[in-house]
Amino acid sequence: MQEALRFNALDEPVTREGIIKQAKVLRRTQGSSGRGLSLTIQGLHKSFGDHQVLRGVDLHIAAGQFVAIVGRSGCGKSTLLRLIAGLEKIDSGSITFGETARREDVRVMFQEPRLLPWARVRANVEVGLGRERKSPDALARARQALVEVGLADKRGQWPTVLSGGQKQRVALARALVGNPRVLAFDEPLGALDALTRISMQRLLEQVWRDQGFTAILVTHDVSEAVALADRVLVIEDGRIARDIDVDARRPRQRGSADLAALEGSILSELLRGGDERSA
Amino acid sequence: MSLVESLPRLRKLRLPRADGLVPWLVPLLIILIWQAASALGLVPARVLPAPSDVAVAGWKLLRSGELARNIWVSFWRAGIGFVIGGGIGFAFGLANGLSELSSKLTDTTLQMVRNIPHLALIPLVILWFGIDETAKLFLVALGVFFPVYINTLHGIRTVDPQLIEMGRIYGMSDAELFARVIFPGALPSIFVGIRFALGIMWLTLIVAETIAAASGLGYMAMQAREFMQIDVVVLSILIYAALGKLADSASRLLERLTLSWHPAFQKH
Repeated sequence: MQEALRFNALDEPVTREGIIKQAKVLRRTQGSSGRGLSLTIQGLHKSFGDHQVLRGVDLHIAAGQFVAIVGRSGCGKSTLLRLIAGLEKIDSGSITFGETARREDVRVMFQEPRLLPWARVRANVEVGLGRERKSPDALARARQALVEVGLADKRGQWPTVLSGGQKQRVALARALVGNPRVLAFDEPLGALDALTRISMQRLLEQVWRDQGFTAILVTHDVSEAVALADRVLVIEDGRIARDIDVDARRPRQRGSADLAALEGSILSELLRGGDERSA
Repeated sequence: MSLVESLPRLRKLRLPRADGLVPWLVPLLIILIWQAASALGLVPARVLPAPSDVAVAGWKLLRSGELARNIWVSFWRAGIGFVIGGGIGFAFGLANGLSELSSKLTDTTLQMVRNIPHLALIPLVILWFGIDETAKLFLVALGVFFPVYINTLHGIRTVDPQLIEMGRIYGMSDAELFARVIFPGALPSIFVGIRFALGIMWLTLIVAETIAAASGLGYMAMQAREFMQIDVVVLSILIYAALGKLADSASRLLERLTLSWHPAFQKH
């Protein structure tokens, strides 16, 4: 608890409201409100030209689960995520969501915030409402999403004046405002400095626990994967090489012995796999 | 408070008021030196009349109504020609930026035509239209077309594809995607085209009016040459400078209003 507060304080000045909010979140029990969709992937293949990126991925993700996908660069983890998000066409195999998913149910957050520089923060968040943007409660929902990411006071700003971490928070608010049931993260914190990363990781965990969507996080940072996810998938050569359950209690203690041991074993496996290939 | 401490504060206080005047210091200085040189007889009046003489000539033309009429005629030609040429250039830029087919069909042809200096067409244009208004409008429109076309095309082609993908993910229709992502993204480049075009607009008009016209500023200057009224010639040139500056300021203002999101236009 103490540690959580201190980490947050490094990113933004601590306000009384902030501390109360943080405390509330920490008091919340683990689990979700059950909005997430389950996800089943069978025999998934994808090639770009002659290069086979995914060679038969089979995977089931339970509703509301937080899954991290790690692997060396070029292993196909981002491609898998883009296929789940419907950004690339599937060569063969299938991806099915537990219930019939609408397009708006699956949202992506990228490494780059991809904000419209000519739209103010609030308007950028409203983009996330899609076709519901013109509904009468659009404004209120955008505000609410900005409150959730702690940027309520920035709604009238241009994105260009925000810091990298703040931009990513706006991108998160934009993804959240449409109440997604699956949220896919493609290295969302890769471009941030170490301290901002840690506070963003806490924010991701917090909104995931609040909203109960199914979270799929692609990352090259194994410690991030272990700190956030219920389950870590290691991808090597276009296949799932390991599937590890992380059943540490939340909120997790950064750097605790069991998490560190798990991180070490995943890392050594990743390094070994890479050395074998280059040998 | 020591002097060093108070310096930055003084600077902040003083600059805004002086800011608007600073750009005019150099032109003002030039006019003063020019007036002094004429008064001292260093520059003969037959070569370059004194600024005061030019002002007197201007006053006379203004009272006879000739000046206003000629400025209005030139302004009208420039404006209409700009709207026609810029409009067509913008339309082609959009079409070729958005549609692969349209680009393949017309871009090569347009690039070939672009490399013909449009003023080289003056003899042909005179044969076609005589010294009619159409001739001037045609030349201005042709000159303005290319910078607007090329910069619109460039602007649309260089819109960040990641933003376009983002727009599609969030379910924007083609029309929305254009209005909210592509057009605003292309706007800074379109403005570059417009400012280039404004320069070409005046250049074309001066040349066209000097060669083939019965009214307008260029015609006024040529008439004055016939009668050796060198003060009127110099006056015309100065008016061109002022009008050019005016057009540039107008486009800058428009830029500042529409690109207020752009870091270059934000006050810190």
